[in-house]
Amino acid sequence: MKRILLALGILVAFGFVRLPLEVALTREQKALHYHGAKVDIRMRQQIGQMAFVAALSGFRAVVANVLELEAHSTWQRTEWGRLKLLYDTICTLQPRNMQSWDMAGWHMAYNASVAAAEDKNQPRAALRLKAQREYFHIGEDFYLRGIENNPDHALLFERLATVYRDKLKDPEKASFYYDEAAKRPDSMQYVHRFAVYELAKVPGREKEAYARLKALYEKSEGERLPTLLRLLHEMEDKLGVPQDQRIDTPPSQKQ
Amino acid sequence: MSNVAAAFRPSSLGRINALAGNTLLELIRQKVFYFMLLFVIVAIAAAFGASILPFADVFQVLKDASLGAMSIFSWLLVTLATAMILPKDIEDRTLYTILAKPVSRLEYLIGKLIGIFMLLLVALLLMSVFFVIALYAREQIAIANALKEYGTSADGVAAIADIKKAAFQWNLGPAILVIFTRSAVCASLTLMISCFSTSWIFTVMVSVVVFIIGHIQPVARDAWLSQSELGGNAAVAAFMRPFFAIVSIIFPDFQIYNIVDEIAVGNVVPMWMFGQAFAFGGGYVLVYALIAYLFFAFREL
Repeated sequence: MKRILLALGILVAFGFVRLPLEVALTREQKALHYHGAKVDIRMRQQIGQMAFVAALSGFRAVVANVLELEAHSTWQRTEWGRLKLLYDTICTLQPRNMQSWDMAGWHMAYNASVAAAEDKNQPRAALRLKAQREYFHIGEDFYLRGIENNPDHALLFERLATVYRDKLKDPEKASFYYDEAAKRPDSMQYVHRFAVYELAKVPGREKEAYARLKALYEKSEGERLPTLLRLLHEMEDKLGVPQDQRIDTPPSQKQ
Repeated sequence: MSNVAAAFRPSSLGRINALAGNTLLELIRQKVFYFMLLFVIVAIAAAFGASILPFADVFQVLKDASLGAMSIFSWLLVTLATAMILPKDIEDRTLYTILAKPVSRLEYLIGKLIGIFMLLLVALLLMSVFFVIALYAREQIAIANALKEYGTSADGVAAIADIKKAAFQWNLGPAILVIFTRSAVCASLTLMISCFSTSWIFTVMVSVVVFIIGHIQPVARDAWLSQSELGGNAAVAAFMRPFFAIVSIIFPDFQIYNIVDEIAVGNVVPMWMFGQAFAFGGGYVLVYALIAYLFFAFREL
């Protein structure tokens, strides 16, 4: 009995010694956006008992890999509903794997949406378009959740912005997310330009867009790409910029 | 010499070395490395099977699958090997022969534990070699494809640099060391349980359960330390909080070793975080070994 009490005493003492250290480490990991999967009852229903235990045991990456293979065959069979559920689970198991969020968002916003729009079983065009729009929003939701889990990387911000630009036709949100992507150190070089291009399409924000387009124009020769020049001309016309302040006015004609 | 005096006899490194070496040899003779074949299959399947997944990052799939397989195999290996080590020595009566010589129980336990660690090290080294070969082969295929597509132009050079950056990352080494540390903690935990357990099946079961609880321990700790009422119910909170406190204090936190997942998906983990994981691992091993000795020193054999 003495030994059991002594063993328990050592375990408890060690527990209290490590407690503040563990709390601090968890806090530091959270600050770096490292966090595990949220293993809950919904996931248990989706992945089965054995896989659930495996996920609980810290082998969630392995379970996610197996589900990724299943998702691939599901995609080949174009079972979009099942594909969404599978990616829900995969992304929950590996919330820090941006590739999974990206793949999920892409399947929904680009593949499933097109399949819904071209669904031969649905004779009513309005319903086909409604279904298509629903898939756009499912894709948007995947990207938003992915961003929530990976706010330190540019990739998902950029992908979401592209969905707003190409699918949901919302240039204001597209501009916002391209801007957010450009703030991240791993963003692509073109992203800051896209943010301004999209802003130029937003009604009511022409002055701001013009100022940013002009700033890009003046930043360097390398930024003076055809789209930038075209948008600048459009803005100059729209805002009625005096001739001598326009970009292609020869220096001799400027006041 | 009294039992107590014998239990606390001064140790010798030579005797511990001999015991560790014999433990390793004994385990190797039990053909435990046959599981390597399974690992090789996983690594090859991940390296070349990932190509069927369009747009997938083959290096990430390979790292994910290989590091995951390393985690599973090393955990299984040490848990089963450690759980069987004491019962087998008792059954073969080699334990009595060893302890009849001037070998203290502490030396015996440390020797066995170091033998298990050596087995784990050899297994992880072998798996790492297969992993590196698979990664290298995949890298060479990707470079050959890039050369075919871009030639030796600036784009080709950039593509090759990207491939090399994606394939081998410096923190793969520390990631494998984290897997080693986690498995070493499991080994000492299993040894501690086997020192008071009467059958190896019980040892394995308890060890597996503790391992699973260890992965949800941070959830219990958060629930214990948070001031909010659990589920909005004060009565439930009053009942559950002491339970969560016990789980948080008694059970190890295995989530700290999940930084391996971050590396597998290509994120950079700071060095100090690896240092903390190793330090925690060292603490767990020492405490579990100490408790194991506490039970084993006075166990009637």
